[in-house]
Formats: sequence, C-alpha cells, structure tokens
Amino acid sequence: MSGVEGFMYPNEYALQWSILIVLYPFITGLVAGAFILASLQRVFLVQAVKPTYRLALLTALAFLLDAPLPLQLHLGHPERSPEMYFTPHGTSAMAMFGYVYLWYLMAVLAFEIWLDYRRDIVLWSQESHGVLRAIYKIMTLGSNNISERSLRIDDKVGWIVTLVGIPSAFLLHGYVGFIFGSIKANPWWSSPLMPVVFIFSAMVSGIAAVMLLYMAVTKLRSQTIDIRCVDTIAMYMFYIFIIDFSLEMLDLVHRIYEADESFRSLNFMVHTRLYLPHIIIQIILGTITPLILLFLTQVVHLNEVARKRLYAVSGCLALIGIFAMRWNVVIGGQLFSKSFLGYTTYKIGLVTREGLLVAIGLTILPLLFLWALVKLLPPWPEKNLYEAAAGD
Amino acid sequence: MDYHSRPSRYAVLRRQRFMKDAGHLFRFAGLFVIAFLVFLLVRGYVVPKTFGQYGHYRAAAIGEIAARPVKFAGHQACEACHSDIADTKSKGKHARVNCEACHGALAAHADDPTSVKPVKPDTAVLCARCHTATAAKPKAFPQVDPADHSGGAPCQTCHNPHSPGFDTGSAAAPAAGGAK
Amino acid sequence: MNISRRHLLILLPAAAVAWKYVEAGTPEASPNYRMSDHWWGMLIDIPKCIGCGNCVRACQTENDVPDGFFRTWVERYHVDDIDMTNPEVISPDGGKEGFPVAKEDEGKYFFVPKLCNHCVDSPCTQVCPVGATFISPDGVVLVDRKYCLGCAYCVQACPYGCRYLHPEKRVADKCTLCYHRITKGLTTACCEACPTGARQLADLKNPNDPIHEFLRTHSVQILKPQMATGAKVYYNDLDGSVR
Repeated sequence: MSGVEGFMYPNEYALQWSILIVLYPFITGLVAGAFILASLQRVFLVQAVKPTYRLALLTALAFLLDAPLPLQLHLGHPERSPEMYFTPHGTSAMAMFGYVYLWYLMAVLAFEIWLDYRRDIVLWSQESHGVLRAIYKIMTLGSNNISERSLRIDDKVGWIVTLVGIPSAFLLHGYVGFIFGSIKANPWWSSPLMPVVFIFSAMVSGIAAVMLLYMAVTKLRSQTIDIRCVDTIAMYMFYIFIIDFSLEMLDLVHRIYEADESFRSLNFMVHTRLYLPHIIIQIILGTITPLILLFLTQVVHLNEVARKRLYAVSGCLALIGIFAMRWNVVIGGQLFSKSFLGYTTYKIGLVTREGLLVAIGLTILPLLFLWALVKLLPPWPEKNLYEAAAGD
Repeated sequence: MDYHSRPSRYAVLRRQRFMKDAGHLFRFAGLFVIAFLVFLLVRGYVVPKTFGQYGHYRAAAIGEIAARPVKFAGHQACEACHSDIADTKSKGKHARVNCEACHGALAAHADDPTSVKPVKPDTAVLCARCHTATAAKPKAFPQVDPADHSGGAPCQTCHNPHSPGFDTGSAAAPAAGGAK
Repeated sequence: MNISRRHLLILLPAAAVAWKYVEAGTPEASPNYRMSDHWWGMLIDIPKCIGCGNCVRACQTENDVPDGFFRTWVERYHVDDIDMTNPEVISPDGGKEGFPVAKEDEGKYFFVPKLCNHCVDSPCTQVCPVGATFISPDGVVLVDRKYCLGCAYCVQACPYGCRYLHPEKRVADKCTLCYHRITKGLTTACCEACPTGARQLADLKNPNDPIHEFLRTHSVQILKPQMATGAKVYYNDLDGSVR
C-alpha cells in the first residue's frame, strides 16, 4: 500500500475526513470570532472598535452562509441531510449541527443585523428602485415604523440578542471541538480541552479576519483607517492569542508528561509527517511569530504605519496558523493507526469533489457573499444611496 | 366603575402605541412560528413510520438486512444430499472442516442442484493455503513444504480430501478426478 | 373522539394495511425467530487460527464486500521476547490470500482474526447524528443503508477500525454478524468457512451455547478493554501485545 508505513488496520489506509472537514471548523471559527468582535462593542461597550461593528456582523453572515457547503460536499448522501433536523440523535454532537446552525443564523445573526440596519432598510426601501426596492421592501416585513421609540426598542432587543449570541457563538464553534474531543477511540482528538482550544483559536481567527478585511476594504475605498480601532482590535487579538497558545501548550506538556500508550506513535507522527504543518507552520510561523510581532506593538512605541504593517502581517500569519491548527487536528488525527503501529499519508485530489480546488473555491466564496452583502447593506455610515446605486 | 377589571384609556393607548412601535418584532417572530409549523408538518410526512419502534432508528431496517440473499448454504444443507461424503468426512481428520470451506459458496447449488454445478477445487492451490509450513502456524497443526513433500504432484494423488489422514485405518481411496 | 361507522370502515382496513407494512419490516415476521430470545456474540480461539484467510474470502463472497475494504480480516503478530509494545504486525490484503511464509523462528507468532465487536456500549452508535446505525434488540450492531448520510463519524469513533465507507453506496458499512444468516438458524459465513473452528458464533442468551462453559474454563479477553465498549467478541488466549 503506497504511503503506508508500519501496520494499520486494513480499513484505515484511506482518510475519511478530507480538507473540507478542515475547512468547516475554520469557517465557523471565523463566524464565531467575527461575532465576538462585534459583541465587544455592543455588549462590552468597547467603543473604539465601533467602525468594524457592522462589517463584523456581515463577515460573520457571509461565512455562515458558506459553512454548510463543505459538509454537503463531503457527505455520501447530502440529500439525506434533512434527517438531522427530523431525527437528530440525542447522543451525537454532530446532530446538534442543524439546530445550532439554524438558531445562530436566524435568531442571532439575521435578527441582530436586521435590528441594527432596520432604519436604513426602511429608508432605502423608500428611496431605491426596481429589484433593489423590492428586496428592501421585503426586508422591512411591511413595517415602516422608524420612530424614536421603535428604534430604542430595537436597540434594547439587539443588546439582548448580542448577549445571547455570545454563548450561541461559543456553542456554534465549541460543539465542533466537542465532535473531536469526545472521540475516545482517537487519542489525538480525545481531550476536554479540545472545545476550549477551538473556541479561543476561533476568536483569534475571526478577529484577525475582520481586522484585515476592515483595513483592506478601507484602503480600497481610499478612506483613512481608524488607527485607534485597529490598535484596540490588535490588543484584544494579542491577549486572546496568548490564552489560546497557553491552552495548546498545556495540552502538549500534559501529553508529553503522561506519555500514555499513544504517545510514542503520536510523537513520531508530529516529528515526521506533521513536522511542516505542525511545528513550522502552526507553532513557529502561525503562533509564535505573530505573538512576538504583536508583543512588540504593545511594548515598543511605533509609528502608525509600522503598527498597521505589523498588524497586517500578524493577522495573516495568525489566520494561516489557525488554519494549520485545524489541519493538524483533522488530518493529523487520521494519519496514524489506532493500533499505534503505523502511519498513512493524505493524498489530496485536485479536481475531485473533496479536492484542493473545491477547498480554495469554498474559501473564496464567502468573500463573494461578503461583497454582495456590503453592496446590499453598506456598513459605512457615510455611504449614501446614490453611491450604492452607482456601484451596482 | 371597577378599577381592576377595565383597563384605563391611558393603559389601552399605551398598549396600542407599544404594538405600533414593536409590531415589527412580532412580525419577525411570526416568521419563526410559521416556519416551525411548516417544519412540523413536513416532519410528520417525512420521518419513516417505523422510526423509534425499538430505539432511535428505523426498525424496518432490521427486516431489510435479514432479508439479504444467502450465498453459503451451510454444511447441513450439503449433508442432506451428500450423506455418503459427509459420513466419510466425519470419520477423518477433516471432520470439522465444513464443505464450503473448500468448495466455496454453494447456496445456489443447494437451491437448484441440477442446473448449478459446482467446480471441483484445484487441490494444488487449495490445500497449500492451510497446510503450507510456516513458523507462524501452531506447531501441532499438520503442515508441509509443498515442493519437498510432493514434488509438485497434486495433493489428491495420495490424499482423499474428505478424509486425508493415513493413520489407523480411517484412510479411504483417493478421490477420483479433480484438477491436475 | 366520535368516529362514525363510515369512518371506522375506512380506518380499519387502512390500519391493517399499515400494520402489515410495519410487521413486514421486522424479523418477527420471519417464522420462528424472535429477537428477544437471542443475544449474539462470537468466540475466537487464537491458538486454533492458522491464518488461512478462508474467513476473509467467505465474508467477501457472502456480503459483497468491496475490494480493499474488510468486514473481517486477519492480522499476524510476531512478538519479540520482551518487547510486548512493539510487535511486528502484518495483514496483507487483510489476510485474504493467507500470509507469506514466516522464516524466523525467534519470538512467537500467532494470528488474530478481527471483526466488528458488536459492542453493547458502542461508541459508533453513540455518535451517529441521525440514528442510521444502531444495536438491534438481539445484540447486533447494524447500519441502515437507506438512512445513512455517509458522514463517516462512526468510522472515526470505532476504536477497532472495523468500519469503512462503501465506495459505491457511499454509506457506512461493516460486519453484520451475517444477520441475514443467523436469523435463519445458519452460522456466519466466516464461522462456516473456518477449517479449524477458531471462530464460533455464540448466542449468549442461550443457556446451552458452548460459550458459557468456555468462558468459565478459559482465559478470555476482549480487544481494548480500557475503552469500555462492552465488546462481545471474546478471544481465547489473546496476547498482551495485541493492538
């Protein structure tokens, strides 16, 4: 069997969960993280990050719409996926997916975006023409009431929704961590830390993504980046990253110290097949380097340009590092045999249903969704309707 | 006037105002309620009828799996017709070796003996599978190096596959025919 | 609720038809087999296994197992003198055509046939998101091909590596303990084909089944007992080096 080293149970040679299953937690992680950034302003009243509030919500929505796609492409029978809604199995973490996803999409994200934009939607529905007017009209749900009092009610309800949204975001991404963390058959996955590590790394990735998008889009619109905003975002990213790194180190140290029966095999795997993705990309390039760069920005006084550059580099490296973390968990967990006596390799296809091109496409798609959402619901306070119409 | 039963005009107005200002929220909630009802309706149709009968699964699946076709007839089916061979076998070393262990799956033959004719196995390949000597097999198990032992001659030249041993008079004449 | 006679005339036959439909799907409809009378398992006698691969071939024939995947397979262990944690294990094509001749006489050799352990507390049925895999009332873990999504979560959750995703049907698949045979009074294909009696089907609920006496008089183990899966495939004389 090519690519197989040592002994593996005969059914273990080929990997079951491909790059698409690496992509799914990465995407829902971005959703959860972007939402947490939005909640920083809404619930924790960190006003400095307000310029990114609406953008963060739209980013979360764009990625959330993309999230089920890798799963559907992976399933042997995607047409049967409604079964998760009709007969969810109470003991399966995966069965939660349908309901948690729908809850988060409708009762949290869509609701909050609608409440925040409602005044603008009503105004746009009155000022625009054609198809756009019809869309906005539907979104008003037939109510044109944008009186002071109704907006105050919206604000109060929105606050509650965001508050509920925080544990919902943790649930949306935490259950994915539990899907892996609860598998006693796989010692690389089985750990109570898994959901926690997933959530914290998700926050880092989501915050980094919104920060980068904000900086990129502001530059594209030839506007000035609010430096106080990105300073604050980077600070939060730094502290959350430290927590994430500590948790991952704790897992590693614990594993090395206890050295149970799986240790020798896993250790060998990390030093050989996972050396590049785990040691080099995830740890050195994707975690330690951005932490050092961010640390520099926190303790050394640098000018704005230097800071923005360091934030951008750290953000990109963090995103790469956290994608690598998902890769190392999902793919790494399948590279070794449950007999602890052998290893296999992941042969990724190029144009197959679960291949590299599809994965790249599914990563770009949410950016297209975001583009459409930004056009439909511009998050910029100064952008008036005339510009929105001209931009179409 | 009963102050507790009839709301004052002010209270009524306040409620009306509230409905006006928060009405859109109730519309949004209304969408959820409608979606939920549609979901319940569809669920009633779509969930298989036997689901949940014995547990969280479709009970009809048990019957479907039990109805799959049988390919090995089982030695009792063979012995019903081939009682002479069964008798020979029961007295020899291969007493516990079932017919289809060597002859392959023959439920089709057992169901329709005249039209489905089994092919006699090639002893050179067949016997070697079990009896080729290797350090891995249990020491007490009869095993030989086929080249040394018979110099390439097929096993049934000397051994009756149904009673292969040669000790204490249980030997029978080598079986006729078979692959060369 | 008031049902008029006319309504009853319509409802009763409809109910009868529906009931027939329900009944037909259950093995209770097969004559003489009652699920509640049985609790299936298997006994594997390691010293008797000669690694001939008959069981692997028979299973593949009986159950149309796709090439490259295995509902049952045989592993050959070569254990050095003191290093029990580093056995040399091979399973060429699952042991389907037997094993290459072993030359070395150092250390010990033995064969370990493996299959689904039909665990009572199976982690695989626990993780199925929709209820497509389950343990039947007579103790056999089965997969509902018409309901399975093919998510492969159960494949990940099985500690023994006995599950796979069927390449054409794109659903999870594994040993069914030849359910379609044992419910008709036959034994499994692998037990039928085993020439040495190393594999024996066992009905744990049957007081006359030889397994009860065997369990009382022999040193018996299950695979990976630390996983607490409630495995029902019992191994006689299983060496500590077996993974």
